[in-house]
Amino acid sequence: MTTLATTSPKKIGAGLLDPRMLWKSLPDALRKLNPASLWRNPVMFIVWVGAVFSTVLAITDPSAFAWIIVVWLWLTVVFANLAEAVAEGRGKAQAATLRQAKKDTIARKLPRWPATDEVAIEAVALKQGDVVVCEAGDTIPGDGDVIEGIASVDESAITGESAPVIRESGGDRSAVTGGTKVLSDRIVIKITQRPGESFIDRMIALVEGANRQKTPNEIALNILLASLTIIFLLTVVTLQPMAIYAKAWQGAAPDTIALGQDGLSGIVLVSLLVALIPTTIGALLSAIGIAGMDRLVQRNVLAMSGRAVEAAGDVNTLLLDKTGTITLGNRQAAEFLPVAGTDAQELANAAQLSSLADETPEGRSIVVLAKQQYNLRERETAGLLFVPFTAQTRMSGVDLPGRQVRKGAATAVMKWVRDNGGHPTDEVGHVVDAISSSGGTPLVVAEVVSGQQARALGVIHLKDVVKQGMRERFDEMRRMGIRTVMITGDNPLTAKAIADEAGVDDFLAEATPEDKLALIRKEQEGGRLVAMTGDGTNDAPALAQADVGVAMNTGTSAAKEAGNMVDLDSDPTKLIEIVEIGKQLLITRGALTTFSIANDIAKYFAIIPAMFAGVYPALEGMNIMRLTSPTTAIISAIIFNALVIIALIPLALRGVRYTPSSASKLLTRNLWIYGLGGIIAPFIGIKLIDMIVSLIPGIS
Amino acid sequence: MNTTSAGVIFVLSLIVALAVAYRYLGDYLYRVVSGSKHSAVERGLYRAIGVNPAAEQTWGTYARSVLAFSAVSLLFLYAFLRLQDFLFANPNFETGINERVFDHLAWNTAVSFVTNTNWQAYSGESTMTHLVQAAGLSVQNFVSAAVGIAVAVALVRGFARSRNGQLGNFWVDLTRITLRVLLPISAVAAILLIAGGAVQNFTDGTVVSTLTGGEQHLTGGLVASQEAIKELGTNGGGFYNVNSAHPFENPSAWTNWLQIFLIFCIPVALPRVFGRMVKDNRQGYAIIAVMGILAIASIALTNVFELHGAGTVPMAIGAAMEGKDIRFGVSDSATFAAATTLTSTGAVNSFHDSYTALGGMMPMFNMMLGEVAPGGVGAGLYGMLVIAVITVFVAGLMVGRTPEYLGKKIGAREIKFASLYFLITPALVLIGTAAALASGNWRTQANVGPHGFSEVLYAFTSASNNNGSAFGGITVNTPWWDTALGLCMLLGRFLPIIMVLGLAGSLAAQKPTPASAGTLPTHQPLFVAMVAGVVVILVALTFLPALALGPLAEGL
Repeated sequence: MTTLATTSPKKIGAGLLDPRMLWKSLPDALRKLNPASLWRNPVMFIVWVGAVFSTVLAITDPSAFAWIIVVWLWLTVVFANLAEAVAEGRGKAQAATLRQAKKDTIARKLPRWPATDEVAIEAVALKQGDVVVCEAGDTIPGDGDVIEGIASVDESAITGESAPVIRESGGDRSAVTGGTKVLSDRIVIKITQRPGESFIDRMIALVEGANRQKTPNEIALNILLASLTIIFLLTVVTLQPMAIYAKAWQGAAPDTIALGQDGLSGIVLVSLLVALIPTTIGALLSAIGIAGMDRLVQRNVLAMSGRAVEAAGDVNTLLLDKTGTITLGNRQAAEFLPVAGTDAQELANAAQLSSLADETPEGRSIVVLAKQQYNLRERETAGLLFVPFTAQTRMSGVDLPGRQVRKGAATAVMKWVRDNGGHPTDEVGHVVDAISSSGGTPLVVAEVVSGQQARALGVIHLKDVVKQGMRERFDEMRRMGIRTVMITGDNPLTAKAIADEAGVDDFLAEATPEDKLALIRKEQEGGRLVAMTGDGTNDAPALAQADVGVAMNTGTSAAKEAGNMVDLDSDPTKLIEIVEIGKQLLITRGALTTFSIANDIAKYFAIIPAMFAGVYPALEGMNIMRLTSPTTAIISAIIFNALVIIALIPLALRGVRYTPSSASKLLTRNLWIYGLGGIIAPFIGIKLIDMIVSLIPGIS
Repeated sequence: MNTTSAGVIFVLSLIVALAVAYRYLGDYLYRVVSGSKHSAVERGLYRAIGVNPAAEQTWGTYARSVLAFSAVSLLFLYAFLRLQDFLFANPNFETGINERVFDHLAWNTAVSFVTNTNWQAYSGESTMTHLVQAAGLSVQNFVSAAVGIAVAVALVRGFARSRNGQLGNFWVDLTRITLRVLLPISAVAAILLIAGGAVQNFTDGTVVSTLTGGEQHLTGGLVASQEAIKELGTNGGGFYNVNSAHPFENPSAWTNWLQIFLIFCIPVALPRVFGRMVKDNRQGYAIIAVMGILAIASIALTNVFELHGAGTVPMAIGAAMEGKDIRFGVSDSATFAAATTLTSTGAVNSFHDSYTALGGMMPMFNMMLGEVAPGGVGAGLYGMLVIAVITVFVAGLMVGRTPEYLGKKIGAREIKFASLYFLITPALVLIGTAAALASGNWRTQANVGPHGFSEVLYAFTSASNNNGSAFGGITVNTPWWDTALGLCMLLGRFLPIIMVLGLAGSLAAQKPTPASAGTLPTHQPLFVAMVAGVVVILVALTFLPALALGPLAEGL
């Protein structure tokens, strides 16, 4: 299940929006026109009220202008709903798949475990602490921990990964999930879920966004948007007496569609209001949030709350386990260091010979290295007697006719040499110390040929292999302002060597779960946010303490319960992607807010001359877009305002492009694109729409 | 030397003097508000009002102290104004003068001076006794300025402190700022003004024969001392009706320079205090840079509009000299107009109503900016910091983190206070103007059309932003105007102060996040430009329709 870190991380993005998605989501979008559901979004609620008001006005005093505005005001609301519906639609599809896994199953309960008499009950009736048994072919009836046995389990219903996984009692691979299927053997499971709160239930609720809570940052942004809406509401409402005053003074000026003796027409006031309030970001805000969660789901990460996703963007410190995250799971032979005049070839040969039967990854790597460097082929094993590794001897080896070869920990092998009459040189000690201090593990190789003294041949240098591309990833993190800390059970010397090679900022050696928790507390005390991954039960306190705790799906249910995210792929390097998704979510919000506000400038240049050039001809000077007429100007502004929502739905769902870099660089780039772009784009857009609208007979 | 180069030298020398003030006055102010020692006089005062100077206040207590102090000041000043006839030191007037200070004028004037606005719906020399001018109005000139500075310092403490939510002690801040900063500088400035020809006496006036043979009553009084704090505290309430255009208040071009310097020196020095208190002088430079860019742009534009004045009268006589004094000329008058509205001073040395349409729009626009460049004493800094908080929020999102300013997270609570702060003044301006127009109260004015509209808009902009300058042209000493503008001044001062202190409280309660490469840098040119852009764009979006119906309709 371990996935290698690749140098090019999966680009965050989900391709272009399928137009059919829009069409399919339309019924949902129309259903959302219900003001009771719109109420949660103050900006769009105001547009809704404006649309209702304009409709009444258009019915009482119909004109082509009025009806065009009314239609586009309603479209503005529908487009906003569409954005949300499309974002939700993706989650719904996922939820449907999950529901299939949640079939009604019959549980084989063991009421008097360890007695093995069974009772068949409905899975939904299982309570916490119940013990059930599952055999090959059974669907696991609920979440729990394996307390007896070992089995291979098909978890594809949840993870989408078809390769079966091993689940066994004790240790960190004991958790099983309801809805998954036992493929072989027999396991006894203690149920840990409460009824109706299974992992699958929670997953369905999450991907559907059923009870999606607004995140803290979303709430803050909503407050800002609501304030802007109130300011513009005031601007528009107070404009009426000002307009009446102006019109009264210029009594001779002819009435226009916008401004008559009674002041500005209601339709025009509503148009100005809708054009000014931040509808673009208001329409897309919830879609951005839903899509952010969805991007995580697509990467097989389940965030238990939107808050956790946001926190991921804020992370200052990443705690990464060494093994499996930074280094490949196991140590590998890196070089052969002969001593006392031994030939390197001879050492390699002896080392390979002693490792032929060694099935550990370290042993395999010695055979491979000897083959690569000295072209030593694997050979016949007939006639060889292998001596396996034991905790007592702390070495393994091979007995040939008239010759014995041993490899193992330095002290053990040196003792063996002395026991066989040899006198090991000091040189071995030097080499061993050098390897240890560089963070490697030395394995001493020695042999005794019958009739001669035993002698040490040399030392094999085993070392941790840092995954490819990790250094680059950590450099990226540093540019983003994130400190990486490697957690390892190794001694400080070894830890430092690997930390240096991998390029992490700091390390915690000989780490116990308590040390880990203490480190997180210390970082948080300094105001930093900490993210970590974990899978074991002893990781649970740290996972709970961390601001972003990603539990591996292979881990124990205690770990999964403690973390606020679960990675179904159980890939610890994914933490880095999670951070990027969190950042991307916030950037998308900020960029579209900037864009939305910057848009207003052009709209003023369209609408103010349209309203007032009749009474004050000097204001025609503000019509720098040279729009055809007051009516086309106002219509164009409103159409632009609605269309820009549709145009930005793909961006809201995909998120703005994010490349890890410093805050200054990100800000500069986004300000140019969404700030300056937001100022310029509507000038062009409104002008183009005006050119089209002016072709409609009876409008200009 | 032509007028343009004279104007340039005037402005450049001011900038140099203010750079010195930023550094040295700023450092002095920092020591005043951060020190722990109390002088004997201060200790006596604390004992007298029963305050423990070592006690720290939360934002709620600090706000209640500000409001209580201001409420007492308001009642006291109101009573003083109503009772002035019965008190001594009343040499200027004939008997029966009290009829001039009606209840609504007394309310308006009391609010005006307590809120640091100094909107004057009366003529000082013919309405107020020496005693009221000196012991009523001038005292408020000191303490209302000190209140503003204290609130700004409390907000800065919100950024600088962590975890305890304590903002210092209002009574200590008020006392120290008044005694150690405002009084000594005013004393020196008053002496300089006297040397420059401003009057300072207790005379009940001199009758002189004019060239045309008529008689004129020349009033005297404690002018120079009131003048000093009028500018230093960005108050703006003049002894005389025509304010700094009066030769007894502002006799010459160099006193004009001095007055502008006094207006700017504390608002300009406060960002230094900010930088020192948050232990990063670069943050102070960034804030003063935003203020400087906006101020210089505004002063330059006002000068351009006035010097190249369009319009019938300026074309006919060769320069836009209507409403300006030849002592100052076009350029120095324009600079003074910009200075008085970029801060919350509201003193005038020329008649803004007579400016060219666009030149007259600039003072209005300056006030609409929220008077943040550099703004009133204290009010400018806290206004600018609130805008910076809003900018940080949007910019912070764009770098992919929960926005933070100086390590303090800008979350829902902070944005709520900042947004409400930003909402209050535009709401007062727009609602006030609309109410005046809808209720027909605009009819007390001399002009109609776009210019008349500008006069109404200006009055409410000035009152709501606590500026106090007037476009003129409206008879505002009526019950409706006095009441409406009084409400705008009161709400425009204290509601924002509550929001600022609320913001300070929630910032001070946080623990700071250390800065990293992923943190939005708030000291770099990009951020400076962005804050300046946010100020201008937010204000433009709010007020553009109103400006279109006034100065733009007239001037384009």
